[in-house]
Amino acid sequence: MSDHAPATAVSADILSRRAFLNRLSLILSGLIGLVLSVPILAYLLTPLIRRAPGIWLDVGSVDQFRIGETVQIAIEDPSPLPWAGQTTRTAVWLRREDQGAFTAFAVNCTHLACPVNWQAQAQIFLCPCHGGVFYGDGRVAAGPPPRPLPRYDVRVQGSTVQVLTRPVPIGDA
Amino acid sequence: MKRVKRAWGWIDDRIGWSEAIWPIVTHPVPKVNWWYVLGSATLIAFVVQVVTGVALAFTYVPAPNAAYESLDFITSRAIFGNVVRGIHYWGSSAMVVLAFAHMAHVFLIAAFKFPREVNWLTGVILLGMTLAMAFTGQLLRWNQDAYWAVSLMASMASRVPAIGDVLVDVIIAGQTVGGATLTRFYATHVFLIPAAMFVLVGLHLYLVIRHGVSEQPKPGRPVRKETYRQEYQELLHRDGIPFWPDFVWKDVVFALVTGAFVLLLAIVLGAPELGPQADPTNLEAHPKPDWYFLWLFALLSYAPPALESLVIVGLPLLIGILLVIVPFTAPYGERSYTRRPWAVATVVFSGLALGTLIWQGYRSPWAPVLHAEVPQAVTAGLQGDAARGAELFRQEACLACHQIGGEGGQRGPDLSAVGDRLTREQLVWRILYGGNNMPAYGQTLTPDELNALVAFLSERRSR
Repeated sequence: MSDHAPATAVSADILSRRAFLNRLSLILSGLIGLVLSVPILAYLLTPLIRRAPGIWLDVGSVDQFRIGETVQIAIEDPSPLPWAGQTTRTAVWLRREDQGAFTAFAVNCTHLACPVNWQAQAQIFLCPCHGGVFYGDGRVAAGPPPRPLPRYDVRVQGSTVQVLTRPVPIGDA
Repeated sequence: MKRVKRAWGWIDDRIGWSEAIWPIVTHPVPKVNWWYVLGSATLIAFVVQVVTGVALAFTYVPAPNAAYESLDFITSRAIFGNVVRGIHYWGSSAMVVLAFAHMAHVFLIAAFKFPREVNWLTGVILLGMTLAMAFTGQLLRWNQDAYWAVSLMASMASRVPAIGDVLVDVIIAGQTVGGATLTRFYATHVFLIPAAMFVLVGLHLYLVIRHGVSEQPKPGRPVRKETYRQEYQELLHRDGIPFWPDFVWKDVVFALVTGAFVLLLAIVLGAPELGPQADPTNLEAHPKPDWYFLWLFALLSYAPPALESLVIVGLPLLIGILLVIVPFTAPYGERSYTRRPWAVATVVFSGLALGTLIWQGYRSPWAPVLHAEVPQAVTAGLQGDAARGAELFRQEACLACHQIGGEGGQRGPDLSAVGDRLTREQLVWRILYGGNNMPAYGQTLTPDELNALVAFLSERRSR
């Protein structure tokens, strides 16, 4: 560049024009980036913007479950992606407390979300990752978990048990 | 022949090989020892990862309903599929090891000092990206380990202050870890991070050429801002050798040896077993990361609960900050490790700490053992309450955390000789009220069961 326009020979006019073009090019380039990034970011952040509402799902009739027992059930994602395969299902621990009351626990340990296992005889949930232990009612019994097991809302409609879907409880207080 | 020469002359003129590229290829560099091969070996490992990764992408289907099957196809049916996957797997380990070794070497010879500070910084970012590649790659197997590792990672991300829950949503991208999650990690693993790595590797290499390969340090010859560049040029003038081929042959030999080793592992051991397919309703999982993250996995078990979020979020941040400030803490002065005992201590301590934690993570003594049985040697000859107690010891999941006769978990104390230590009353108290990281069994056991358990345990003596 200096071959064509030695700095000493450049008039103030050209210098200010050059400063203007410099700024113009930078601002326009930034604008192009900004315009492009709006749809791309919005597209990538869809899961933040669109939240699926909870839906009550039938998980069986009341008689299927015995009082005092905790069993593993599976609930289906109400609006799964066509290619989601097995992952449309979520495991839930369902406990029948008495005649009409049920409790549904998430399987995710509150420590680092590993799947807890129910030990029927001992009446505890054991986490395989770092040895977290929960009592049958979800309270922390031992190990590193900071909070009780998360729950799903559960209700009895007529003779049917229903569980309210929710996003997988990771990181929820 | 003449025609070929003329054709080459034309090409050479148009692309500038002799004029612009050859001088770079043969630029003078200092004579150095074999340790300098680590950087180029890391680069070649990266290239191998790119090539095998592209090959795998020809078949791999990044959707939860097909990922596992496509990988199974690659492993067991595609011609040489297991070897290609094996190279990609062992190559990733090689790349992580080489990147760390390269960094340790550069740190020990203080090649990060003036004027090569930005070489170091780009290297630090590349190391972080290499680890990110290792992690995202592990998830693409879409087996049980991968599935629960995503949950584990999201759970760790949730500990970040203020934006934790947003991060979880961005990572999982839906109601559950599933359809949208896998494609996210796939795009990150094959496009996003590699693209950034290409740019940074380019920058890293450009800087190596701009500032030259650092000379081997001599004790008592400190780096001075005013004189270093001139001294370096004089050194090149005096003892320099052309990069190609005088310098590069060691790189090539080492790359060949490393590559042959990776290929051997890929052929003999192959890619790792896939294990059971990812299934959110299969809770028979013992998720464990690949070895390069076992140290963090172990640390998360040992960290006191109150400090845990700090360890999860703060520790990686702290390590990152420490690595970034390295070249600014001592940009001038002694380079030789013989005059920098703290540098040697840092490398030795980091190596030992990482090694120990990885070993602990591999053993996972804190994890409950869910399907253990009380050994025959212990149960033989037991009668009445004690025999029933032995059975209850397993049923009540005591064995998951307590060893007896060499079987069971190591989370709690070994109870093989607990009768020597505790009286019956003390045993009753411990079982009913728990404490010291043990669940209370007061609500669960009937008085009979408690008696049986205590009968069994109080008979556990060293002889």
